[in-house]
Amino acid sequence: MSTSPLASASTRAPRPPASRAPGRRRRGLGPRALTYTVLAVGLVLWLIPFVWMILGSVKTQGEILQKPPTWWPENPTGENFAQWFGPLGIGHFFVNSLVVAVITVLGNMVFCSMVGYALAKMQFPGKRVLFTLVMITLMVPGVVTFVPLFVMVSKLGLVNTYPALILPFLTAPIGVFLMRQFIQGIPDALLEAARLDGAGEWRIFARIVMPLCGPPLATLGILTFLSSWNNFLWPLVAAQGEDMYTLPVALSLYSTGQNATNYGLLLAGSVLVIAPIILLFVFLQRWFIRGVATTGLK
Amino acid sequence: MSATTLERTGARTGSGPAGPRAGGMHARLRRRQALVAWGFCLPFVAVFAVFMLMPIVGSFAMSFTDFTARDIASPFSVNFVWLDQFVALFTDERFLTSLAVTGVFVLVGIPVTMVVALALALALNSGRGRLVAFFRVGFYAPVVTSIVAVAVVWRYILQPDGLLNSALAVVGIDGPNWLNDPAFALPSLIMLAVWRNVGTLMVIFLAGLQAVPEDVSEAATMDGASAWRRLVSVTLPLLRPTILLGAVLISVGYLQFFEEAFVMTKGGPLDSTLSVAFYTYQQFGFGEYGLASAASYVLFLAIALLSLLQFRLLRSKD
Repeated sequence: MSTSPLASASTRAPRPPASRAPGRRRRGLGPRALTYTVLAVGLVLWLIPFVWMILGSVKTQGEILQKPPTWWPENPTGENFAQWFGPLGIGHFFVNSLVVAVITVLGNMVFCSMVGYALAKMQFPGKRVLFTLVMITLMVPGVVTFVPLFVMVSKLGLVNTYPALILPFLTAPIGVFLMRQFIQGIPDALLEAARLDGAGEWRIFARIVMPLCGPPLATLGILTFLSSWNNFLWPLVAAQGEDMYTLPVALSLYSTGQNATNYGLLLAGSVLVIAPIILLFVFLQRWFIRGVATTGLK
Repeated sequence: MSATTLERTGARTGSGPAGPRAGGMHARLRRRQALVAWGFCLPFVAVFAVFMLMPIVGSFAMSFTDFTARDIASPFSVNFVWLDQFVALFTDERFLTSLAVTGVFVLVGIPVTMVVALALALALNSGRGRLVAFFRVGFYAPVVTSIVAVAVVWRYILQPDGLLNSALAVVGIDGPNWLNDPAFALPSLIMLAVWRNVGTLMVIFLAGLQAVPEDVSEAATMDGASAWRRLVSVTLPLLRPTILLGAVLISVGYLQFFEEAFVMTKGGPLDSTLSVAFYTYQQFGFGEYGLASAASYVLFLAIALLSLLQFRLLRSKD
């Protein structure tokens, strides 16, 4: 496996080795075709869980329980989805997830770019301390904060409210890092010119810096949306009534207890939770992947 | 970095014609800029301090107390107990089990994830165009999905008579009861974690590979080096910083291993998938906030030490 990719890498060399017949269009088809075949088989296996999820979501409970399992649904049914949209009221959980994610994204964009600008282009006492603190929190595992966070949120009477779901995620350290890195790259001359024209720092930030920050804001937005949409541990603790459940919390609570083996229903729920993010991913995949490559976080 | 900014502001304010007054002006300008800068930081710092720093400090403080769920209402009945919670932790067999489980998860999961991700990255790096983009999206897809949602289908696949065992039966293997057998539950979760995390590392490695100069590899080819030899002697050494970065990221994530166990096995069977983070969550559920905080700080310490170690490695080899 590990030799074939490199073998095919050598075929990318502009001049094929002498042993190969000159002028052949299909240079090195052998090793490259082998690489792609292995990759294709691997990819099919890799994506089977998704295929199995979709197929299972339209099977009847009777067919789900059949042994051995059927591959293709014998009498496809929309009943599982109807359950979610009807009595289980997935629309409400969807709205909760969306509200939390959108506010978290917007909040992070505003907060992180402001701090990022100050850290990148201004000199002030406490700057180094602030940046170090923010970077240290990148390493702090979620379980460290959530116990005192829960105590605090209960004290403030915020349990089971939107603020409880949103506030702890409004200040993503990675966002500060991302914005600071990018804004550092903006030439000082540009800002100096505006200063000479009499523009204040807020004006410079709003009119010059922000319009240039499209790429890191897109990356930050996507990363924040993704982690908010998939966030599980904190919403599970903070949302204690059905009215505040986000999609993953609702799905996880339905999949324990009496519904634990009602796989048709649960798989339909999974499809509904995953579908929006997969759609987003397929359309914006360049940004997703750029985000990971630059920040190293998912 | 900050030094250059200082010089810059210094140069700007100091370049004024009035020598003697420059000092005063300089200070006034600096004060004003500091004020403006903190104005920019204020909204972030307020939320950050309350919802990030305070809990971190709070957790640290709580780990030295006997704080329990009942004390939320009456915080003054909390006692300072020195290191009792940590003593309690390290004499609790279940915590020691959770350390071992997390250790196995990390020590097996990381190499497997890295090897698979590296193999994919090397394979994909050899081509360009739509086909590669297609593969990249496909292998990356599990990363963006909700763990709760994929857990449902994985539980379904790993049932005693589920898809995996049916497939194994075709080739004559009698598959185990993956999630309910203490010997197979943790390997099953490692399999799930690898599936969900390979995409991240693959993308990071691909970015690293694209920075490896092609001519070095070509020169080695000219010298008659085999593909394997080029990989081991040229590509991998050049990729070392990226590999280390990937190792740090993935190990910080794997040490916090929680969600997989929560949604797939609830820590069972027989605590065979009880991770440190899961133990912490359980103690929180029992209302043992002091003990939970202590356990979470043990995890934090492990993550911090590992990160430091790996960054030192990264720096010394760079």
